[in-house]
Amino acid sequence: MKSLAELQAIRDKVKGSVIIRKEDDSNIRVVVGMATCGIAAGARPVLNAFTEEVAKRNLHNVTVTQTGCIGICQYEPVVEVYVSGKEKVTYVKMTAEKVARVVADHLVNGNPVAEYTIGAYAK
Amino acid sequence: MQEISLNILDIAQNSIAANATLVTISVTEEQDRMRVTVEDDGKGMTKEQAESVEDPFYTTRTTRKVGLGVPFFKMAAEMTGGSFSVSSQPGAGTVVSAEFITSHIDCMPLGDINETILSLVTLNPEIDFVYRLTVNGKGFVMDTREFRRVLREVPLNAPEVAQFVREFLDENSREIRI
Repeated sequence: MKSLAELQAIRDKVKGSVIIRKEDDSNIRVVVGMATCGIAAGARPVLNAFTEEVAKRNLHNVTVTQTGCIGICQYEPVVEVYVSGKEKVTYVKMTAEKVARVVADHLVNGNPVAEYTIGAYAK
Repeated sequence: MQEISLNILDIAQNSIAANATLVTISVTEEQDRMRVTVEDDGKGMTKEQAESVEDPFYTTRTTRKVGLGVPFFKMAAEMTGGSFSVSSQPGAGTVVSAEFITSHIDCMPLGDINETILSLVTLNPEIDFVYRLTVNGKGFVMDTREFRRVLREVPLNAPEVAQFVREFLDENSREIRI
């Protein structure tokens, strides 16, 4: 049964390795659209897949966060990826299945998945 | 929105936008009635604003002219013969409350409420969440303030902590549904 004692053990294990992120750290931000349109279109499983994949691969330089309505509701679920020093990449019509590839190709290896981006859809 | 838990996630976003520091989500099932409340200590609304939020053409955002979250939730509850209300006090906070009749054919499932709670906690590690689930008298409470007291400087969205919260929710939910 999960107990606070177990949480204490987690704290003791993790506190040494928690890197305090400064604003100017070379950091990757994954922003998931969580407005009504996003949630209705399936943003929750996409968010879940990102946090699990990032945890699985121990990517300490990646922060997963949320935003409200971006204004392109027909393309939801939308995920924006900000890599410091690079241009923002906007992924549209995201699904939990597409997340693994985005994490591997883009977050880890620095190659955005062009076919998932808004550029590939908005013709 | 095909699940009540997705509506809850959506309504909680409003609490976050209202700068809440504590959001309390309660789900109480008694026979075929399910009451869901989302309560926050955010900036609150005037009586006129609280009445307007039920109007799909009322929104504070600038990207679109509709705000569908609250109207959807209200419709979902009333479709089952249930009820809906929003009460708010400027400077104090807001309570959104919905009652569903789960035996009604048009009642959508609660769905993956644990995924909703986990999403809220990991996306907003600075905000405190209390989640109360009660099913026919048996229940449990998750309170991030208790977790924070143990974790101190370790954030709630550290992967190991998120995993703990996920398991905490799953185990406790399983217990009360037996």
